[in-house]
Amino acid sequence: MSLEALLVVAAALIAIGLYGALSQQSIVMLMMGLELMLNGVIVAAASFWYYVAPSRPDGQVLVLVVISAMTIEMAMGFAVQTAIFRAGEVELTDEATELSG
Amino acid sequence: MNEDVVTTVVFVLLALVAVGFGFLVFRVDSMARATFALAVSFVAVGGILLLLDLDYLGVVVVVMMVMEMAIMAVFMIAYMMNPAGLMPMSMYHDKPRAMSIAVGTFVVLAGGALLVDWPERQGAPPDDVTEQVGLGIMGSHMLVMMGIGAVILSTIVSALVLASARSRYDRLGDDLKARPARDPIRGGVGP
Repeated sequence: MSLEALLVVAAALIAIGLYGALSQQSIVMLMMGLELMLNGVIVAAASFWYYVAPSRPDGQVLVLVVISAMTIEMAMGFAVQTAIFRAGEVELTDEATELSG
Repeated sequence: MNEDVVTTVVFVLLALVAVGFGFLVFRVDSMARATFALAVSFVAVGGILLLLDLDYLGVVVVVMMVMEMAIMAVFMIAYMMNPAGLMPMSMYHDKPRAMSIAVGTFVVLAGGALLVDWPERQGAPPDDVTEQVGLGIMGSHMLVMMGIGAVILSTIVSALVLASARSRYDRLGDDLKARPARDPIRGGVGP
């Protein structure tokens, strides 16, 4: 276990999350891709805390911020999904074109 | 067996579980299974945090994400098109391009992780890691947590506003003094 190994794991999680967020049609699955990307950020922040500056709490606080960002993203994502589903039965990203062009 | 060897083996296993189940999220045939695959990935990341001596944060990640995925499963059932995974599910658009962008991102990030000359470790973890983060968020990093508190409060309000079908000003038309109509047939049926 080393900083480099942990960062490669974080990079893999971020890349898989990006693939999901870009390729999935369902809005709910897109949000799962975003969650996976933030999951990678948690790994990166924690490993930087442990391997670079363990004597200061900055890394740990950053992990807390990312965890809150995940919950906020989920809550707002589902609220927007509920709102646009109510407005126009939209559940796929391809149908949510109200603001395009 | 040497303690370092055990740590390395556990780390490799957890990393494989985190990445493997993360990829499985977009491969399984049912959204419920995808939710549980994501939960397993989060639990593995929580385990990695425990390996890094982050006892409190590791447990927080496991507990919060299991709860979050349980709530997510409810929404999945509300919005998903293939509840039980009885049929193959394929809901992709622009898959080759998404895959090439993702692989490119991984190459860039992993290359950076391996090539950059990271700084030397400064200091050592304190005896009580949880005390460190507790004193941090109640002292030097208090502004961060106050900001998060305000953002979470506004998230609660705006999520409710977005998700509710009619709010208080739209209850019975736009006149706030309007009372419920006196229907000849009760229960809101009929014109």
